[in-house]
Amino acid sequence: MFKLSKYILYDIIRNKVILAYTGFLLLVSLLLFNLEENSSKAILSLLNIQLITIPLISMIFSTIHYYNSYEFIEMLLAQPISRTKVLFCEYLSTGISLVLALLIGMGIPVLLYSSGETGFTLILTGIGLTLACTSLAYWAAVKSRDKARGIGIVLLLWFYFALIYDGIVMMLLFTFSDYPLEKFTLVLTAFNPIDLARVSIMLKMDVSALMGYTGALYKDFFGSSTGIFFTGGIMLLWILLPLYLAMRSFGKKDL
Amino acid sequence: MRTLNRTQIQRFSGIILSLLFLMPLGGRTIYVGETQVVKSIKAGIQTAKPGDTVLVEGGLYKEGNLIINKSIALIGKNQPVLDGENQYEIITLSGKNICVSGFKFLNSGASAMNDFASIKCIDATSVLVSDNIIVNAYFAIHISNTIDAQVKNNIIEGHSKSEQNTGNGIHLWKCNHAMIVGNQISGHRDGIYFEFVTESQIQNNYSTKNIRYGLHFMFSHNDFYSHNDFKNNGAGVAVMYSHNVQMENNTFEDNWGASAYGILLKDISDSKIQANYFIRNTVGIHMEGSSRMVVEKNKFQDNGWALKVQASCNDNQFQFNNFTGNTFDVATNGTMMLNTFTSNYWDKYEGYDLNKDSYGDIPYHPVSMYAMIVEENPVCLILLRSILISILDKAEKAIPSITPENLVDEKPKMIPNRI
Amino acid sequence: MIEVQSLHKRFKKTIALNEISASFQKGQVVSLIGPNGSGKTTLIKCILGMVKPDEGQILLEGKNILSDDQYRSRIGYMPQIGRYPDHMKVGQIFKLLKNLRNHTKSVVDEELIQTYGLDSISDKSMRTLSGGTRQKVSAAIAFLFSPEILILDEPTAGLDPLASELLKEKIQKEKNNDKLILITSHILSDLDDLTTHVLYLQEGNIEFSGDMGNLRKITGEQKFEKAIAELMKAKGN
Repeated sequence: MFKLSKYILYDIIRNKVILAYTGFLLLVSLLLFNLEENSSKAILSLLNIQLITIPLISMIFSTIHYYNSYEFIEMLLAQPISRTKVLFCEYLSTGISLVLALLIGMGIPVLLYSSGETGFTLILTGIGLTLACTSLAYWAAVKSRDKARGIGIVLLLWFYFALIYDGIVMMLLFTFSDYPLEKFTLVLTAFNPIDLARVSIMLKMDVSALMGYTGALYKDFFGSSTGIFFTGGIMLLWILLPLYLAMRSFGKKDL
Repeated sequence: MRTLNRTQIQRFSGIILSLLFLMPLGGRTIYVGETQVVKSIKAGIQTAKPGDTVLVEGGLYKEGNLIINKSIALIGKNQPVLDGENQYEIITLSGKNICVSGFKFLNSGASAMNDFASIKCIDATSVLVSDNIIVNAYFAIHISNTIDAQVKNNIIEGHSKSEQNTGNGIHLWKCNHAMIVGNQISGHRDGIYFEFVTESQIQNNYSTKNIRYGLHFMFSHNDFYSHNDFKNNGAGVAVMYSHNVQMENNTFEDNWGASAYGILLKDISDSKIQANYFIRNTVGIHMEGSSRMVVEKNKFQDNGWALKVQASCNDNQFQFNNFTGNTFDVATNGTMMLNTFTSNYWDKYEGYDLNKDSYGDIPYHPVSMYAMIVEENPVCLILLRSILISILDKAEKAIPSITPENLVDEKPKMIPNRI
Repeated sequence: MIEVQSLHKRFKKTIALNEISASFQKGQVVSLIGPNGSGKTTLIKCILGMVKPDEGQILLEGKNILSDDQYRSRIGYMPQIGRYPDHMKVGQIFKLLKNLRNHTKSVVDEELIQTYGLDSISDKSMRTLSGGTRQKVSAAIAFLFSPEILILDEPTAGLDPLASELLKEKIQKEKNNDKLILITSHILSDLDDLTTHVLYLQEGNIEFSGDMGNLRKITGEQKFEKAIAELMKAKGN
């Protein structure tokens, strides 16, 4: 099975989009670390890039890769190999290639310029976010036969998680501002992988602010080991659940 | 932190020598110790006459409450231990020209009724309390109604976890011309407490891990405090209801919590905060009801909020400060702003300097829209660093609507001020 | 060998296969013919397990094909359109498939690789190949493991006449080796000499099923092409 992944990976890492993505991340990271007067400000800008670019590229690239590989997948399925295996190999290769791009493009500069706890968290959540978004993209792509429709859905998902969701959260927080919402907001972050990544990094970067009024609760929760398990666990769920749904749907569908 | 590095013996021997020279000439020295004729400190004090020195040798002394009311120096050699057995106030003194130095105070009694202290000083003039180690006290050093009290190089260590079970480390009430220098205070309610204390100085102290404030300052005018380090106290430092206070070269660090501040300023006027370093505090300076303050040449770094300036403040001047790595630079609760910001360095400033005068050509608005949102609804802190927030902030910068328009630095510096 | 039992499949509102039953044996070359959308490809995909029928089943030597994936090791498949990962090399594709098929167990038939000269371009990446060459790769893959069953979906569609001729020779050879060969094609003349049986589908229904002799008898035509045309005409009326 891993042999198949190896061959697919060999193909993907030669893909122009992946190379461009790696180059873009590398260029931006190096520029930021060199231009900003301190590395924490560079990390901050990297966070913004991470929260926008990683989900967007991961999702769009995975979707297009799936549709472009459709005939190849069919050919593979004519071989004595199960559908779930084929899809999982495709997922694995896509995920690995995107993670590699992240590690080279962002990981190496962070390691060189700011190898602290914040940098480490940034890369780790970046990896989680990449894999989660790839899962979501596969699910969306498997579910819709039409390429344009699939890409449309994935773009909407990105827009929703990156922007709309936070808007809804803010609206809720203002609508119900008379109620104690601290614990509720913790639950809300779990329903958006981008928020989950953001909050994890925020806890490393803005500890002082988070120790304020509501922040103490977040810090107590996310900073504790149960919190780390919670964040990690939910992120894992964001990776595994869409992947499972994608594989289930792929196992049933007509190609 | 600074004083921690030195060894005690070096420090003590030097100071004891200088003390001996300072004492009135011609005084006798009464030796107290197991090997001496005088076995108890009580007896030593009793026999001493004004101007004498009672020199206590190392050892453990359990003598209940010692009372000093004449001009003598009570000096410990090799850090004799005075044990209050959790029921006595160890030394109570009043009078003039009294010195207590070189002891280790253990377990003085706790009493909410009487404010028991390891060393209590009432109605005195020219008192020196130095080089003592005070462990597990209710109040450690309690001075009231005293002129020219000097508290130097003491190490004060409380073990209490709750505010109710402990008093303050160094407590001054109704004093003037006091000098609080080089002490280390931890584990008390307030590290240093000033109420109605005037013309006094607080220098080179290290106040940490106190349950409430590292320094608590009320109704105390014309005071000066500098080169102190206030770290990781429950609520930071509070300076309230005072005027003409100089705060210089202090470090306020790691004061984290729901209501923790580097400095909480309440009803302060005509004072100066200069060249201090605020790092990793939930709020660097929280200011309410304060006026005619000059806040200059301070460094604000990695704080949650560098400044919270309530609308009740006016005519304050914020200049030549450096703001770097703070989550929020300035927050306020109103739309009116009667304070002046000028020539500060803000790392979030994105302007340019075409005429090369080292000042940015476009003004900087240090209050972000999101800071206003969080002020109104603190739970929104969960959205920190969200893309939505960046977009809102950018939009607000372009068309200001809810941020106070006149809270602006017209001349933001392009590079950090040299401090 | 393959038993198709009352297979029924509908895609949303259109019925792709309507109660199809058929049986294919060794040594047969079966032509699946019918207009576009008649259900040819759906039937093939059902046999390959890519489309799951709503009703009915397909048995391979008495065993339901959906019970496990291993039965496909006995099938070689050449798709209508072969697309491969852009940066994969020709040689890698063959290597990958050998890995997937665990080729140590079966004999590898690289005859087509040689006749098409694919071994000389094994270092070229798929992206650089013409459509025809990609079809050659697809054909070579289908025959690579000398499977007992060959399923060829429009095999000659993208091939030049020479390659097409070579492929036909290969099919003939395998026919003589007593293999079952299923071919869909709409270029009727191509299949002339090879076909032993015909399955004619229209709108999901079998309109004709039988051997060539039978077909000739019914239509009164000797040539395959004419016979089919006759058949279509007859059904059209």
